[in-house]
Amino acid sequence: MSADLIPLLWEATLQTLYMVAASTILGTAFGLPLGVFLATSQRGELLSAPWANKVLGLVVNATRSVPFIILVVAIIPLTRAIVGTSIGTNAAIVPLTLAAIPFIARLVENAIREVDAGLIEAARAMGATPFQIIAKVLLAEARPGIALGLTLAVVSLIGYSAMVGAVGGEGLGDLGIRYGYQRFMPEVMAAVVVVLIVLVQLVQSLGERIAARFDKRAPRNRGR
Amino acid sequence: MTGNPAADAAKANVPADAAKDKAAAGAAIGFAGVGKAFDGPGGTRVHALADVTLAVEPGAICGIIGRSGAGKSTLLRMVNGLERPTSGTVTVAGRDVGRAQGAALRAIRREVGMIFQHFNLLSSRTVAGNIALPLEIAGEPAGAIRARTADLIARVGLDGLAGRYPAELSGGQKQRVGIARALATSPRVLLSDEATSALDPETTQTVLRLLADINRDLGLTILLITHEMAVVRDIASHMAVIEAGRIVESGPTYDIFTRPRHPTTRSFLGGVTGLTLPAFIAGRLLPARPDGPSEEVIRVTFAGTHATDPMLSRLAVEKGIASNILAGAIEEVGPHPFGNLLISVDADRGPEARAYLERHGLLTEVLGHVR
Repeated sequence: MSADLIPLLWEATLQTLYMVAASTILGTAFGLPLGVFLATSQRGELLSAPWANKVLGLVVNATRSVPFIILVVAIIPLTRAIVGTSIGTNAAIVPLTLAAIPFIARLVENAIREVDAGLIEAARAMGATPFQIIAKVLLAEARPGIALGLTLAVVSLIGYSAMVGAVGGEGLGDLGIRYGYQRFMPEVMAAVVVVLIVLVQLVQSLGERIAARFDKRAPRNRGR
Repeated sequence: MTGNPAADAAKANVPADAAKDKAAAGAAIGFAGVGKAFDGPGGTRVHALADVTLAVEPGAICGIIGRSGAGKSTLLRMVNGLERPTSGTVTVAGRDVGRAQGAALRAIRREVGMIFQHFNLLSSRTVAGNIALPLEIAGEPAGAIRARTADLIARVGLDGLAGRYPAELSGGQKQRVGIARALATSPRVLLSDEATSALDPETTQTVLRLLADINRDLGLTILLITHEMAVVRDIASHMAVIEAGRIVESGPTYDIFTRPRHPTTRSFLGGVTGLTLPAFIAGRLLPARPDGPSEEVIRVTFAGTHATDPMLSRLAVEKGIASNILAGAIEEVGPHPFGNLLISVDADRGPEARAYLERHGLLTEVLGHVR
Protein backbone atom coordinates (compact mmCIF):
# COMPACT_ATOMS: atom_id res chain seq x y z
CA MET A 1 0.00 0.00 0.00
CA SER A 2 1.49 3.27 -1.07
CA ALA A 3 1.85 6.14 1.37
CA ASP A 4 -0.73 8.35 -0.36
CA LEU A 5 -3.45 5.82 0.51
CA ILE A 6 -3.04 6.40 4.25
CA PRO A 7 -4.78 9.81 4.19
CA LEU A 8 -7.54 8.30 2.03
CA LEU A 9 -8.04 5.48 4.52
CA TRP A 10 -8.00 7.91 7.43
CA GLU A 11 -10.57 10.17 5.79
CA ALA A 12 -12.82 7.21 4.93
CA THR A 13 -12.61 5.93 8.52
CA LEU A 14 -13.64 9.33 9.86
CA GLN A 15 -16.55 9.43 7.39
CA THR A 16 -17.68 5.99 8.53
CA LEU A 17 -17.43 6.98 12.18
CA TYR A 18 -19.42 10.14 11.44
CA MET A 19 -22.20 8.23 9.66
CA VAL A 20 -22.36 5.56 12.35
CA ALA A 21 -22.30 8.05 15.21
CA ALA A 22 -24.95 10.28 13.68
CA SER A 23 -27.28 7.43 12.79
CA THR A 24 -26.77 5.81 16.23
CA ILE A 25 -27.64 9.06 18.02
CA LEU A 26 -30.64 9.77 15.79
CA GLY A 27 -31.72 6.14 15.78
CA THR A 28 -31.58 6.03 19.58
CA ALA A 29 -33.41 9.35 19.89
CA PHE A 30 -36.36 7.83 18.05
CA GLY A 31 -35.83 4.11 18.68
CA LEU A 32 -35.52 4.30 22.48
CA PRO A 33 -38.92 5.95 23.08
CA LEU A 34 -40.47 3.70 20.45
CA GLY A 35 -39.01 0.62 22.17
CA VAL A 36 -40.26 1.82 25.56
CA PHE A 37 -43.71 2.34 24.09
CA LEU A 38 -43.75 -1.10 22.42
CA ALA A 39 -42.72 -2.70 25.74
CA THR A 40 -45.36 -0.95 27.83
CA SER A 41 -48.44 -0.51 25.65
CA GLN A 42 -49.96 -3.95 25.24
CA ARG A 43 -53.37 -4.50 26.79
CA GLY A 44 -53.24 -4.08 30.55
CA GLU A 45 -49.70 -2.69 30.60
CA LEU A 46 -48.57 0.67 31.96
CA LEU A 47 -49.44 2.75 28.91
CA SER A 48 -52.08 0.33 27.68
CA ALA A 49 -52.78 1.29 24.04
CA PRO A 50 -53.25 -2.02 22.25
CA TRP A 51 -54.15 -0.53 18.86
CA ALA A 52 -51.24 1.89 18.70
CA ASN A 53 -49.00 -0.96 19.86
CA LYS A 54 -50.20 -3.21 17.03
CA VAL A 55 -49.87 -0.56 14.34
CA LEU A 56 -46.39 0.51 15.43
CA GLY A 57 -45.37 -3.14 15.76
CA LEU A 58 -46.42 -3.73 12.17
CA VAL A 59 -44.53 -0.65 10.92
CA VAL A 60 -41.41 -1.78 12.78
CA ASN A 61 -41.64 -5.28 11.33
CA ALA A 62 -42.25 -3.92 7.83
CA THR A 63 -39.22 -1.64 8.00
CA ARG A 64 -37.06 -4.45 9.31
CA SER A 65 -38.21 -6.78 6.52
CA VAL A 66 -36.82 -4.53 3.78
CA PRO A 67 -33.24 -5.45 2.87
CA PHE A 68 -31.03 -2.48 3.70
CA ILE A 69 -29.70 -1.99 0.16
CA ILE A 70 -33.31 -1.81 -1.12
CA LEU A 71 -34.25 0.62 1.64
CA VAL A 72 -31.41 2.95 0.62
CA VAL A 73 -32.63 3.09 -2.97
CA ALA A 74 -36.33 3.12 -2.15
CA ILE A 75 -36.16 6.19 0.07
CA ILE A 76 -33.99 8.32 -2.23
CA PRO A 77 -36.85 10.85 -2.68
CA LEU A 78 -37.15 11.16 1.12
CA THR A 79 -33.38 11.52 1.44
CA ARG A 80 -33.40 14.28 -1.20
CA ALA A 81 -36.25 16.04 0.58
CA ILE A 82 -34.37 16.02 3.88
CA VAL A 83 -30.73 16.52 2.90
CA GLY A 84 -31.10 18.04 -0.59
CA THR A 85 -29.00 15.33 -2.23
CA SER A 86 -28.88 11.54 -2.31
CA ILE A 87 -25.07 11.39 -2.42
CA GLY A 88 -22.52 11.76 0.37
CA THR A 89 -22.23 11.04 4.07
CA ASN A 90 -25.12 13.27 5.14
CA ALA A 91 -27.41 11.58 2.62
CA ALA A 92 -26.30 8.16 3.90
CA ILE A 93 -27.35 9.07 7.43
CA VAL A 94 -31.03 9.11 6.41
CA PRO A 95 -31.38 5.42 5.43
CA LEU A 96 -28.97 4.40 8.20
CA THR A 97 -31.13 6.15 10.78
CA LEU A 98 -34.30 4.74 9.27
CA ALA A 99 -32.87 1.23 9.55
CA ALA A 100 -31.55 1.88 13.05
CA ILE A 101 -34.83 3.11 14.56
CA PRO A 102 -36.87 -0.14 14.36
CA PHE A 103 -33.79 -2.23 15.15
CA ILE A 104 -32.99 -0.24 18.28
CA ALA A 105 -36.68 -0.13 19.22
CA ARG A 106 -36.90 -3.94 19.24
CA LEU A 107 -33.65 -4.28 21.20
CA VAL A 108 -34.88 -1.76 23.79
CA GLU A 109 -38.27 -3.48 23.94
CA ASN A 110 -36.60 -6.83 24.65
CA ALA A 111 -34.34 -5.34 27.31
CA ILE A 112 -37.32 -3.72 29.07
CA ARG A 113 -39.42 -6.88 28.90
CA GLU A 114 -36.61 -8.66 30.76
CA VAL A 115 -37.26 -6.45 33.82
CA ASP A 116 -39.03 -8.41 36.58
CA ALA A 117 -42.76 -7.60 36.64
CA GLY A 118 -42.53 -7.61 40.46
CA LEU A 119 -40.55 -4.36 40.26
CA ILE A 120 -43.35 -2.68 38.31
CA GLU A 121 -45.84 -3.89 40.89
CA ALA A 122 -43.65 -2.57 43.72
CA ALA A 123 -43.37 0.83 42.03
CA ARG A 124 -47.13 0.99 41.42
CA ALA A 125 -47.65 0.14 45.08
CA MET A 126 -45.45 3.14 45.97
CA GLY A 127 -47.78 5.43 44.06
CA ALA A 128 -45.50 5.95 41.05
CA THR A 129 -46.94 7.38 37.83
CA PRO A 130 -46.41 5.37 34.64
CA PHE A 131 -43.68 7.80 33.55
CA GLN A 132 -41.91 7.52 36.90
CA ILE A 133 -42.01 3.75 36.56
CA ILE A 134 -40.52 3.97 33.07
CA ALA A 135 -37.79 6.42 34.08
CA LYS A 136 -36.86 5.15 37.53
CA VAL A 137 -37.53 1.44 37.25
CA LEU A 138 -37.72 0.12 33.69
CA LEU A 139 -34.96 2.17 32.04
CA ALA A 140 -32.74 1.97 35.12
CA GLU A 141 -33.06 -1.81 35.40
CA ALA A 142 -32.80 -2.39 31.65
CA ARG A 143 -29.55 -0.42 31.29
CA PRO A 144 -27.26 -3.46 30.92
CA GLY A 145 -29.56 -4.95 28.27
CA ILE A 146 -29.93 -1.63 26.46
CA ALA A 147 -26.14 -1.14 26.45
CA LEU A 148 -25.63 -4.59 24.88
CA GLY A 149 -28.44 -3.91 22.40
CA LEU A 150 -26.91 -0.60 21.34
CA THR A 151 -23.56 -2.33 20.91
CA LEU A 152 -25.22 -4.77 18.55
CA ALA A 153 -26.89 -1.87 16.73
CA VAL A 154 -23.60 0.03 16.30
CA VAL A 155 -21.88 -3.08 14.94
CA SER A 156 -24.72 -3.56 12.45
CA LEU A 157 -24.58 0.11 11.47
CA ILE A 158 -20.84 -0.17 10.77
CA GLY A 159 -21.71 -2.93 8.30
CA TYR A 160 -24.61 -0.96 6.81
CA SER A 161 -22.45 2.16 6.48
CA ALA A 162 -20.08 0.20 4.29
CA MET A 163 -23.05 -0.84 2.15
CA VAL A 164 -24.15 2.74 1.48
CA GLY A 165 -20.74 3.22 -0.08
CA ALA A 166 -22.00 1.16 -3.00
CA VAL A 167 -24.73 3.67 -3.77
CA GLY A 168 -22.93 6.96 -3.43
CA GLY A 169 -22.32 7.23 0.28
CA GLU A 170 -18.74 7.77 1.35
CA GLY A 171 -16.60 6.08 3.95
CA LEU A 172 -14.80 2.75 4.15
CA GLY A 173 -17.28 0.86 1.98
CA ASP A 174 -16.96 3.43 -0.79
CA LEU A 175 -13.14 3.30 -0.57
CA GLY A 176 -13.10 -0.48 -0.72
CA ILE A 177 -15.36 -0.59 -3.78
CA ARG A 178 -13.81 2.25 -5.78
CA TYR A 179 -10.15 1.45 -5.10
CA GLY A 180 -10.10 -2.17 -4.04
CA TYR A 181 -12.66 -3.48 -6.54
CA GLN A 182 -12.95 -1.11 -9.50
CA ARG A 183 -9.21 -0.17 -9.64
CA PHE A 184 -7.98 -3.68 -8.81
CA MET A 185 -6.10 -2.66 -5.65
CA PRO A 186 -6.52 -5.68 -3.35
CA GLU A 187 -4.24 -4.09 -0.72
CA VAL A 188 -6.81 -1.27 -0.28
CA MET A 189 -9.61 -3.81 0.10
CA ALA A 190 -7.54 -5.65 2.72
CA ALA A 191 -6.81 -2.42 4.59
CA VAL A 192 -10.52 -1.50 4.61
CA VAL A 193 -11.45 -4.92 5.98
CA VAL A 194 -8.79 -4.69 8.69
CA VAL A 195 -10.03 -1.24 9.79
CA LEU A 196 -13.62 -2.52 9.89
CA ILE A 197 -12.61 -5.53 11.99
CA VAL A 198 -10.72 -3.31 14.43
CA LEU A 199 -13.69 -0.91 14.67
CA VAL A 200 -16.14 -3.71 15.41
CA GLN A 201 -13.81 -5.23 18.01
CA LEU A 202 -13.41 -1.88 19.76
CA VAL A 203 -17.15 -1.18 19.76
CA GLN A 204 -17.97 -4.67 21.02
CA SER A 205 -15.54 -4.66 23.92
CA LEU A 206 -16.42 -1.09 24.90
CA GLY A 207 -20.14 -1.98 24.85
CA GLU A 208 -19.60 -5.06 26.98
CA ARG A 209 -17.59 -3.07 29.52
CA ILE A 210 -20.31 -0.44 29.78
CA ALA A 211 -22.99 -3.13 30.17
CA ALA A 212 -20.97 -4.86 32.90
CA ARG A 213 -20.52 -1.53 34.69
CA PHE A 214 -24.30 -1.08 34.73
CA ASP A 215 -25.04 -4.66 35.73
CA LYS A 216 -25.32 -5.02 39.52
CA ARG A 217 -27.28 -8.27 39.42
CA ALA A 218 -24.36 -10.51 40.35
CA PRO A 219 -21.73 -9.74 43.01
CA ARG A 220 -18.89 -10.39 40.57
CA ASN A 221 -19.92 -7.23 38.71
CA ARG A 222 -19.37 -4.92 41.63
CA GLY A 223 -17.03 -2.82 39.54
CA ARG A 224 -14.76 -1.75 42.35
CA MET B 1 -63.53 -8.18 63.22
CA THR B 2 -66.78 -9.75 62.17
CA GLY B 3 -66.85 -13.04 60.37
CA ASN B 4 -70.34 -12.83 59.02
CA PRO B 5 -71.99 -9.45 59.47
CA ALA B 6 -74.82 -10.38 57.13
CA ALA B 7 -75.91 -13.01 59.64
CA ASP B 8 -75.30 -10.65 62.56
CA ALA B 9 -77.37 -8.01 60.83
CA ALA B 10 -80.18 -10.43 60.19
CA LYS B 11 -80.26 -11.23 63.88
CA ALA B 12 -80.33 -7.56 64.80
CA ASN B 13 -83.00 -7.00 62.15
CA VAL B 14 -81.17 -4.17 60.39
CA PRO B 15 -80.20 -4.00 56.71
CA ALA B 16 -76.97 -5.84 55.95
CA ASP B 17 -75.46 -2.72 54.37
CA ALA B 18 -75.78 -0.79 57.61
CA ALA B 19 -73.92 -3.55 59.43
CA LYS B 20 -71.21 -3.53 56.81
CA ASP B 21 -70.81 0.24 57.05
CA LYS B 22 -70.58 -0.09 60.79
CA ALA B 23 -67.99 -2.84 60.54
CA ALA B 24 -65.82 -0.63 58.33
CA ALA B 25 -66.23 2.62 60.26
CA GLY B 26 -63.09 3.55 62.16
CA ALA B 27 -61.22 0.57 60.77
CA ALA B 28 -57.75 1.00 59.29
CA ILE B 29 -58.71 -1.37 56.50
CA GLY B 30 -62.29 -2.32 55.71
CA PHE B 31 -63.70 -4.86 53.28
CA ALA B 32 -67.47 -4.73 52.89
CA GLY B 33 -69.13 -7.40 50.78
CA VAL B 34 -66.11 -7.50 48.48
CA GLY B 35 -66.18 -9.74 45.44
CA LYS B 36 -63.84 -10.20 42.49
CA ALA B 37 -65.13 -12.02 39.45
CA PHE B 38 -63.77 -12.39 35.97
CA ASP B 39 -64.79 -14.22 32.81
CA GLY B 40 -63.36 -17.69 32.72
CA PRO B 41 -63.11 -20.12 29.81
CA GLY B 42 -66.31 -21.12 28.03
CA GLY B 43 -68.41 -18.14 29.14
CA THR B 44 -68.19 -19.10 32.80
CA ARG B 45 -67.81 -16.55 35.56
CA VAL B 46 -64.95 -17.24 37.96
CA HIS B 47 -65.22 -15.81 41.45
CA ALA B 48 -61.79 -15.19 42.90
CA LEU B 49 -63.38 -13.59 45.95
CA ALA B 50 -66.99 -13.61 47.13
CA ASP B 51 -68.69 -11.50 49.79
CA VAL B 52 -65.61 -10.80 51.86
CA THR B 53 -66.31 -8.62 54.88
CA LEU B 54 -63.50 -7.88 57.25
CA ALA B 55 -62.41 -4.91 59.33
CA VAL B 56 -58.84 -4.48 60.52
CA GLU B 57 -58.61 -2.16 63.52
CA PRO B 58 -55.88 0.50 63.67
CA GLY B 59 -52.70 -0.94 65.17
CA ALA B 60 -53.74 -4.56 64.67
CA ILE B 61 -51.67 -7.21 62.94
CA CYS B 62 -54.12 -9.24 60.92
CA GLY B 63 -52.97 -12.47 59.33
CA ILE B 64 -54.90 -13.95 56.44
CA ILE B 65 -54.12 -17.58 55.90
CA GLY B 66 -55.14 -19.69 52.97
CA ARG B 67 -53.83 -22.17 50.46
CA SER B 68 -52.43 -20.97 47.15
CA GLY B 69 -55.29 -19.96 44.88
CA ALA B 70 -57.64 -19.25 47.79
CA GLY B 71 -57.74 -15.57 46.87
CA LYS B 72 -55.60 -14.11 49.65
CA SER B 73 -53.23 -12.41 47.23
CA THR B 74 -56.14 -10.76 45.38
CA LEU B 75 -57.56 -9.64 48.71
CA LEU B 76 -54.28 -8.05 49.80
CA ARG B 77 -53.78 -6.27 46.47
CA MET B 78 -57.16 -4.61 46.77
CA VAL B 79 -55.95 -2.60 49.75
CA ASN B 80 -53.58 -0.55 47.57
CA GLY B 81 -55.66 -0.74 44.43
CA LEU B 82 -53.40 -3.12 42.50
CA GLU B 83 -56.61 -5.14 42.08
CA ARG B 84 -60.08 -3.67 41.97
CA PRO B 85 -63.18 -5.30 43.43
CA THR B 86 -66.04 -6.08 41.05
CA SER B 87 -68.49 -5.70 43.93
CA GLY B 88 -68.43 -4.23 47.43
CA THR B 89 -66.06 -1.61 48.79
CA VAL B 90 -62.51 -1.63 50.11
CA THR B 91 -61.54 1.27 52.35
CA VAL B 92 -58.29 2.46 53.87
CA ALA B 93 -58.89 4.85 56.79
CA GLY B 94 -62.39 5.38 55.43
CA ARG B 95 -61.31 6.21 51.87
CA ASP B 96 -62.66 4.11 49.05
CA VAL B 97 -59.65 2.52 47.34
CA GLY B 98 -61.62 0.50 44.81
CA ARG B 99 -63.02 3.60 43.13
CA ALA B 100 -60.03 5.93 43.52
CA GLN B 101 -58.32 6.95 40.29
CA GLY B 102 -55.14 8.69 39.20
CA ALA B 103 -53.63 11.11 41.69
CA ALA B 104 -56.12 10.19 44.45
CA LEU B 105 -55.19 6.51 44.15
CA ARG B 106 -51.47 7.33 44.14
CA ALA B 107 -51.96 9.43 47.28
CA ILE B 108 -53.58 6.45 49.03
CA ARG B 109 -50.79 4.16 47.83
CA ARG B 110 -48.18 6.43 49.43
CA GLU B 111 -49.90 5.80 52.76
CA VAL B 112 -49.86 2.03 52.30
CA GLY B 113 -46.48 0.30 52.32
CA MET B 114 -46.02 -3.15 50.82
CA ILE B 115 -43.42 -5.88 51.16
CA PHE B 116 -43.09 -8.89 48.89
CA GLN B 117 -42.11 -12.55 48.98
CA HIS B 118 -39.33 -12.00 46.42
CA PHE B 119 -38.45 -8.54 47.83
CA ASN B 120 -38.78 -6.77 44.45
CA LEU B 121 -35.73 -4.59 45.00
CA LEU B 122 -34.13 -2.74 42.10
CA SER B 123 -30.89 -4.55 41.29
CA SER B 124 -29.43 -1.35 39.85
CA ARG B 125 -29.85 0.62 43.07
CA THR B 126 -27.96 0.35 46.34
CA VAL B 127 -29.67 -0.29 49.66
CA ALA B 128 -29.93 3.47 50.21
CA GLY B 129 -31.12 3.99 46.63
CA ASN B 130 -33.87 1.41 46.98
CA ILE B 131 -35.10 2.94 50.22
CA ALA B 132 -35.01 6.41 48.63
CA LEU B 133 -37.14 5.36 45.65
CA PRO B 134 -40.60 5.92 47.18
CA LEU B 135 -39.41 9.28 48.52
CA GLU B 136 -38.17 10.31 45.06
CA ILE B 137 -41.50 9.23 43.63
CA ALA B 138 -43.28 11.36 46.22
CA GLY B 139 -41.12 14.32 45.15
CA GLU B 140 -39.27 14.84 48.44
CA PRO B 141 -36.21 17.14 48.35
CA ALA B 142 -32.83 15.41 48.16
CA GLY B 143 -31.70 16.51 51.62
CA ALA B 144 -34.81 15.15 53.30
CA ILE B 145 -34.44 11.89 51.37
CA ARG B 146 -30.84 11.44 52.61
CA ALA B 147 -31.80 12.03 56.23
CA ARG B 148 -34.87 9.79 56.08
CA THR B 149 -32.97 7.00 54.32
CA ALA B 150 -30.23 7.03 56.96
CA ASP B 151 -32.86 6.82 59.73
CA LEU B 152 -34.59 3.90 58.06
CA ILE B 153 -31.35 1.98 57.50
CA ALA B 154 -30.64 2.24 61.23
CA ARG B 155 -34.26 1.37 62.08
CA VAL B 156 -34.14 -1.97 60.27
CA GLY B 157 -30.62 -2.84 61.43
CA LEU B 158 -28.72 -2.47 58.16
CA ASP B 159 -26.04 -0.08 59.42
CA GLY B 160 -22.96 -0.05 57.21
CA LEU B 161 -24.74 -1.63 54.24
CA ALA B 162 -26.13 1.56 52.64
CA GLY B 163 -23.83 1.31 49.63
CA ARG B 164 -24.34 -2.39 48.91
CA TYR B 165 -26.36 -3.72 46.00
CA PRO B 166 -29.17 -6.25 46.58
CA ALA B 167 -27.13 -9.02 44.92
CA GLU B 168 -24.61 -8.68 47.75
CA LEU B 169 -27.19 -9.18 50.51
CA SER B 170 -28.70 -12.25 52.20
CA GLY B 171 -32.43 -12.94 51.95
CA GLY B 172 -33.10 -11.55 55.41
CA GLN B 173 -31.14 -8.38 54.65
CA LYS B 174 -33.04 -7.95 51.38
CA GLN B 175 -36.35 -8.17 53.22
CA ARG B 176 -35.11 -5.57 55.71
CA VAL B 177 -34.43 -3.27 52.78
CA GLY B 178 -37.96 -4.06 51.56
CA ILE B 179 -39.38 -3.17 54.97
CA ALA B 180 -37.38 0.07 55.18
CA ARG B 181 -38.53 1.00 51.68
CA ALA B 182 -42.16 0.26 52.62
CA LEU B 183 -41.83 2.51 55.68
CA ALA B 184 -40.14 5.37 53.82
CA THR B 185 -43.25 7.45 53.21
CA SER B 186 -44.46 6.89 56.81
CA PRO B 187 -47.51 4.83 55.86
CA ARG B 188 -50.29 3.99 58.29
CA VAL B 189 -50.76 0.53 56.84
CA LEU B 190 -48.25 -2.14 55.84
CA LEU B 191 -49.18 -4.99 53.51
CA SER B 192 -47.08 -8.12 53.64
CA ASP B 193 -47.33 -10.54 50.73
CA GLU B 194 -45.82 -13.82 51.98
CA ALA B 195 -42.86 -11.74 53.16
CA THR B 196 -41.13 -14.61 54.94
CA SER B 197 -41.99 -17.47 52.60
CA ALA B 198 -38.65 -17.29 50.79
CA LEU B 199 -36.64 -17.15 54.03
CA ASP B 200 -35.22 -19.87 56.26
CA PRO B 201 -36.92 -20.40 59.67
CA GLU B 202 -34.32 -18.49 61.65
CA THR B 203 -34.38 -15.48 59.34
CA THR B 204 -38.18 -15.66 59.34
CA GLN B 205 -38.14 -15.18 63.10
CA THR B 206 -35.90 -12.11 62.94
CA VAL B 207 -38.00 -10.53 60.19
CA LEU B 208 -41.23 -11.24 62.09
CA ARG B 209 -39.71 -9.71 65.22
CA LEU B 210 -38.83 -6.59 63.23
CA LEU B 211 -42.41 -6.36 61.95
CA ALA B 212 -43.78 -6.78 65.48
CA ASP B 213 -41.42 -4.05 66.77
CA ILE B 214 -42.50 -1.69 64.02
CA ASN B 215 -46.15 -2.43 64.76
CA ARG B 216 -45.58 -1.63 68.42
CA ASP B 217 -43.33 1.43 68.00
CA LEU B 218 -45.15 3.12 65.12
CA GLY B 219 -48.68 1.89 65.72
CA LEU B 220 -48.66 0.66 62.15
CA THR B 221 -51.55 -1.55 61.05
CA ILE B 222 -50.24 -4.68 59.33
CA LEU B 223 -52.21 -6.92 57.01
CA LEU B 224 -50.27 -10.00 56.05
CA ILE B 225 -51.03 -13.02 53.95
CA THR B 226 -49.32 -16.33 54.43
CA HIS B 227 -49.80 -20.04 54.07
CA GLU B 228 -47.85 -20.71 57.26
CA MET B 229 -49.83 -20.90 60.48
CA ALA B 230 -46.63 -20.36 62.47
CA VAL B 231 -46.35 -16.82 61.04
CA VAL B 232 -49.90 -16.02 62.16
CA ARG B 233 -49.27 -17.55 65.58
CA ASP B 234 -46.06 -15.60 66.09
CA ILE B 235 -47.21 -12.07 65.30
CA ALA B 236 -50.87 -11.74 64.32
CA SER B 237 -53.32 -10.33 66.87
CA HIS B 238 -56.19 -11.19 64.57
CA MET B 239 -56.58 -13.68 61.79
CA ALA B 240 -58.89 -14.77 59.02
CA VAL B 241 -58.96 -18.05 57.19
CA ILE B 242 -59.77 -17.86 53.50
CA GLU B 243 -60.86 -20.73 51.33
CA ALA B 244 -62.09 -20.67 47.73
CA GLY B 245 -62.54 -16.89 47.83
CA ARG B 246 -64.50 -16.77 51.06
CA ILE B 247 -63.52 -15.98 54.61
CA VAL B 248 -64.56 -19.07 56.52
CA GLU B 249 -63.43 -17.99 59.94
CA SER B 250 -62.04 -14.82 61.49
CA GLY B 251 -61.38 -13.33 64.89
CA PRO B 252 -58.67 -12.85 67.50
CA THR B 253 -55.84 -15.28 66.79
CA TYR B 254 -55.94 -16.76 70.28
CA ASP B 255 -59.64 -17.58 70.03
CA ILE B 256 -59.21 -19.27 66.68
CA PHE B 257 -56.19 -21.27 67.80
CA THR B 258 -58.01 -22.52 70.88
CA ARG B 259 -61.47 -22.94 69.33
CA PRO B 260 -61.15 -23.56 65.59
CA ARG B 261 -64.54 -24.23 64.04
CA HIS B 262 -63.91 -24.69 60.34
CA PRO B 263 -62.22 -27.84 58.97
CA THR B 264 -59.79 -25.72 56.92
CA THR B 265 -58.67 -23.88 60.04
CA ARG B 266 -58.17 -27.20 61.80
CA SER B 267 -56.08 -28.60 59.01
CA PHE B 268 -53.87 -25.49 59.07
CA LEU B 269 -53.60 -25.79 62.84
CA GLY B 270 -52.58 -29.42 62.51
CA GLY B 271 -49.21 -28.30 61.24
CA VAL B 272 -48.34 -26.08 64.19
CA THR B 273 -50.12 -27.62 67.17
CA GLY B 274 -50.40 -31.08 68.65
CA LEU B 275 -53.69 -31.53 66.87
CA THR B 276 -52.80 -34.36 64.55
CA LEU B 277 -53.25 -37.89 65.78
CA PRO B 278 -50.23 -40.16 65.65
CA ALA B 279 -50.54 -42.52 62.70
CA PHE B 280 -50.95 -45.67 64.80
CA ILE B 281 -54.06 -44.17 66.42
CA ALA B 282 -55.45 -42.44 63.34
CA GLY B 283 -55.45 -45.74 61.44
CA ARG B 284 -57.59 -47.45 64.09
CA LEU B 285 -59.97 -44.60 64.84
CA LEU B 286 -63.68 -45.50 64.62
CA PRO B 287 -66.35 -42.83 64.34
CA ALA B 288 -68.83 -44.66 66.63
CA ARG B 289 -68.27 -46.58 69.83
CA PRO B 290 -67.72 -50.29 69.02
CA ASP B 291 -69.14 -53.16 71.05
CA GLY B 292 -66.97 -54.45 73.85
CA PRO B 293 -64.29 -52.57 75.78
CA SER B 294 -62.98 -49.47 74.02
CA GLU B 295 -61.38 -46.12 74.62
CA GLU B 296 -62.64 -42.67 73.75
CA VAL B 297 -60.12 -40.37 72.01
CA ILE B 298 -60.57 -36.81 73.18
CA ARG B 299 -58.93 -33.57 72.18
CA VAL B 300 -58.50 -31.30 75.18
CA THR B 301 -57.66 -27.64 74.66
CA PHE B 302 -56.27 -25.70 77.58
CA ALA B 303 -56.78 -22.00 77.13
CA GLY B 304 -55.98 -18.93 79.17
CA THR B 305 -55.21 -19.45 82.84
CA HIS B 306 -55.94 -23.17 82.66
CA ALA B 307 -53.13 -23.78 80.23
CA THR B 308 -50.73 -24.29 83.08
CA ASP B 309 -52.98 -26.23 85.49
CA PRO B 310 -52.23 -29.93 86.01
CA MET B 311 -55.78 -30.92 85.03
CA LEU B 312 -55.12 -34.53 84.02
CA SER B 313 -53.52 -35.26 87.38
CA ARG B 314 -56.53 -33.79 89.12
CA LEU B 315 -58.84 -35.85 86.93
CA ALA B 316 -57.03 -38.97 88.08
CA VAL B 317 -56.93 -37.97 91.76
CA GLU B 318 -60.42 -36.54 92.12
CA LYS B 319 -62.35 -38.80 89.74
CA GLY B 320 -60.13 -41.83 89.58
CA ILE B 321 -60.11 -41.64 85.77
CA ALA B 322 -56.79 -42.59 84.17
CA SER B 323 -55.93 -41.08 80.80
CA ASN B 324 -53.39 -41.95 78.14
CA ILE B 325 -51.63 -39.01 76.56
CA LEU B 326 -51.35 -39.63 72.80
CA ALA B 327 -49.99 -36.31 71.62
CA GLY B 328 -49.79 -32.80 72.84
CA ALA B 329 -48.11 -29.45 72.88
CA ILE B 330 -48.13 -26.30 74.90
CA GLU B 331 -47.80 -23.24 72.71
CA GLU B 332 -47.89 -19.52 72.88
CA VAL B 333 -50.05 -17.31 70.72
CA GLY B 334 -48.58 -13.91 71.30
CA PRO B 335 -48.08 -13.73 75.07
CA HIS B 336 -50.82 -16.27 75.85
CA PRO B 337 -50.07 -19.93 76.41
CA PHE B 338 -52.44 -22.61 75.30
CA GLY B 339 -52.19 -26.33 75.11
CA ASN B 340 -53.63 -29.08 73.03
CA LEU B 341 -53.64 -32.65 74.28
CA LEU B 342 -54.94 -35.76 72.64
CA ILE B 343 -55.87 -38.27 75.29
CA SER B 344 -57.78 -41.52 75.47
CA VAL B 345 -59.87 -42.67 78.43
CA ASP B 346 -62.05 -45.72 79.09
CA ALA B 347 -65.16 -45.18 76.95
CA ASP B 348 -67.44 -45.87 79.94
CA ARG B 349 -65.90 -42.97 81.85
CA GLY B 350 -65.55 -40.66 78.80
CA PRO B 351 -68.63 -38.47 79.34
CA GLU B 352 -67.78 -38.04 83.01
CA ALA B 353 -64.18 -37.07 82.22
CA ARG B 354 -65.29 -34.56 79.60
CA ALA B 355 -67.87 -33.03 81.92
CA TYR B 356 -65.21 -32.63 84.62
CA LEU B 357 -62.73 -30.97 82.25
CA GLU B 358 -65.38 -28.68 80.74
CA ARG B 359 -66.45 -27.65 84.22
CA HIS B 360 -62.89 -26.48 84.85
CA GLY B 361 -62.88 -24.33 81.75
CA LEU B 362 -61.16 -26.68 79.30
CA LEU B 363 -62.53 -27.42 75.86
CA THR B 364 -63.07 -31.01 74.81
CA GLU B 365 -63.96 -32.71 71.58
CA VAL B 366 -64.47 -36.42 70.93
CA LEU B 367 -62.43 -37.42 67.89
CA GLY B 368 -63.50 -41.11 67.85
CA HIS B 369 -63.00 -44.43 69.49
CA VAL B 370 -60.37 -47.15 69.46
CA ARG B 371 -60.64 -50.73 70.59
